[in-house]
Amino acid sequence: MQKSVLPDGPFSWLLASLGRILVSLIVPILTFVVLWQGFIFLRDSNAPQLVIVLVAILWGVGGAGALYAVSNWLVEQLSAQWVSRLQPFVFVGPALAILFWFLALPTLRTLDLSLRDATAQRFVGLQNYVFALTDRIMLEAFRNNLLWMIFGTLFCVGLGLIIAVLADRSQFESIYKAIIFMPMAISFVGAGVIWKFVYTYKGEGVGISEIGLLNAIVLALGGQSQPWLQLPPWNNFFLIVIMVWLQTGFAMVVISSAIKGISTEILEAARVDGANEFQVFFKIIIPSIQGTLLTVTTTIVIFSLKLFDIVRVMTGGNNGTNVIANEFYLQRFTYGHAGRASAIAIVLLVAVIPVMIYNLRQFRERKAF
Amino acid sequence: MSRSLGYARRKQFSSILVNLVLTIICLAWLTPTFGVFITSFRNSEDIFKTGWWTIFPHKEDVKVGEIKLPEDVDVNGVMTIEGAQATFEELRQGVTLSDGRKLVWFGNKRSRKVEIFENRWVGFAANLTLENYQNVLSGQEIRFKGADGKEILRMGNNLGSAFLNSIAVAVPSTIIPILIAAFAAYAFAWMNFPGRKMFFIGVVALLVVPLQIALVPILQDYTRLNLNGTYLAIWLAHTGFGLPLAIYLLFNYISQLPRETLEAAFIDGASHFTIFTRLILPLSVPALASFAIFQFLWVWNDYLVALVFLGDKTRVITSALAAMVGEKGQDWHLLTSGAFVSMLLPLTVFFALQRYFVRGLLAGSVKG
Repeated sequence: MQKSVLPDGPFSWLLASLGRILVSLIVPILTFVVLWQGFIFLRDSNAPQLVIVLVAILWGVGGAGALYAVSNWLVEQLSAQWVSRLQPFVFVGPALAILFWFLALPTLRTLDLSLRDATAQRFVGLQNYVFALTDRIMLEAFRNNLLWMIFGTLFCVGLGLIIAVLADRSQFESIYKAIIFMPMAISFVGAGVIWKFVYTYKGEGVGISEIGLLNAIVLALGGQSQPWLQLPPWNNFFLIVIMVWLQTGFAMVVISSAIKGISTEILEAARVDGANEFQVFFKIIIPSIQGTLLTVTTTIVIFSLKLFDIVRVMTGGNNGTNVIANEFYLQRFTYGHAGRASAIAIVLLVAVIPVMIYNLRQFRERKAF
Repeated sequence: MSRSLGYARRKQFSSILVNLVLTIICLAWLTPTFGVFITSFRNSEDIFKTGWWTIFPHKEDVKVGEIKLPEDVDVNGVMTIEGAQATFEELRQGVTLSDGRKLVWFGNKRSRKVEIFENRWVGFAANLTLENYQNVLSGQEIRFKGADGKEILRMGNNLGSAFLNSIAVAVPSTIIPILIAAFAAYAFAWMNFPGRKMFFIGVVALLVVPLQIALVPILQDYTRLNLNGTYLAIWLAHTGFGLPLAIYLLFNYISQLPRETLEAAFIDGASHFTIFTRLILPLSVPALASFAIFQFLWVWNDYLVALVFLGDKTRVITSALAAMVGEKGQDWHLLTSGAFVSMLLPLTVFFALQRYFVRGLLAGSVKG
């Protein structure tokens, strides 16, 4: 039987396996060469931008797919035993490698950098942490992050809850919700422009009329126009308004889906029995959605801890509006102090961890999708 | 009977109240965006002079004429103009005539000029233009008129090119992490390998790492590998930062697919790779789509990662817009139209696929 499969003896068998090894080498090399050429083209080409964009998308997406297909094909050339041993790593390997390179290792490296000086040469001990925890600038950033955390979260969750409960009783629910939710699709930079325009200030003078909405309203009500973003500490609250505008939709959607989960019979029964709306709200709705409220709160707390874009675009952290993530950016990219920036990042990580662990625990209990 | 009638009436009343409150909140939510939208179509001179709301019909004091006082009028005493008697100070404040017109002194005493205003309805014909959009999309020099009517020369910010860059960044940064995460999620759910549980816990643990942690070391690596400013660099970064959540979510979905379907395919002799591409991927489309929209909007709207890894060489739409805010803080006609260009695609995606997005959001609310 063996002979009939390999009629010409061991020599031809050797030839066949050599051929297989050769093919197994050529295919990955060819893939690599094609991908490398694509990379060089994208880096150096002066082709029209549209062409480059199309090539980039095809190269990136196709390349990722091709790498999986080729490495899987390679593994499947082996014996069944080796296939079952190696194939899982073809599937999970790229993910683990990227996670290791981009998240796991950087955490350790940032920890190391945080103990070194500005250019990452000399070991300086805890000096950067002393800066990160006691410097006047950092204390101001901590205070502001605290403001963001408390007031931002309070207003996002509070408004989200109120709107979700009210919208639940309106026949136009989906329209209201879409409007409140819409800012979620807008970038922080875009939102920055929108709100900068609301707060814009021209100053006093004959023949000058304010073109910013807020100043126009204040003037119409008989007040004085103000440069809102330059008035510490109130300017922080004008920035927090932007976050509330952006994130209330998120809170509303999540809370609303939890409210939909409350049985309507219980609600109707309570109302017919004469319970007023406040009683329904505090005695039925709030206790039923407690878990969701906590998840939304923690998510927005984390968000406000890491907040960067709004401050960066609106004030750049000037006039007493600095926050931790912005100081991180300034230290690393404006002052070029890698050590301090790393220490700030570690402080941020430590601040986020407990909230995140709590959040994950909640999340496991809630069914995704 | 009377009780149920009272209940019905109460319900009707509360419905009106609810709609009223929600309408007010929604108007407040829309007005800032709406103002920017209107402004993006007005010409620069108008924007500097008047608020965007003045394009709506409203009553306003319109200048209808002016009087030059003769030399013999004593500007320090009481003057009689158009039948009204007033001092200079009163005229500075504005004097209303019996027919409703208003006299206002122009400038200082020496000008001897009094302007006549009449309260009229204005704003029926707005002067709207598409020019701002043309200017903001181009990278050429642009000219426009400032508040004092003088011509100002600026460089355009080439948002058209930034828009294309954003597409080249966002599309692969959405698809690649999903592909990698789906493979990994399948392996965690349906394949046996040593360390499976440990690796999975590791992936979930990485959800806590804020991306600020990674920026400094990764930037070092990219500088060493000469990858800074390339598309590959930013795709990989977005992939890395998006992976923990993507794997976690897709794992939840893929591990709950019915076991029988997979077993049937195994008995038919299909390999893991075939099962994954032919069976699992099509079955997971709802989960993949939800996460895709989530990730796409996240990448499109991202500013920090693009700022750090792409720099100013290849600007995406958010960094181009942010640069405009820095350079052209008061050129509202350009800033507003730029903001709208940047919102165009995410808003379209959002309204077209809102249902998927909401589901992705409900599932993925852990991402900070």
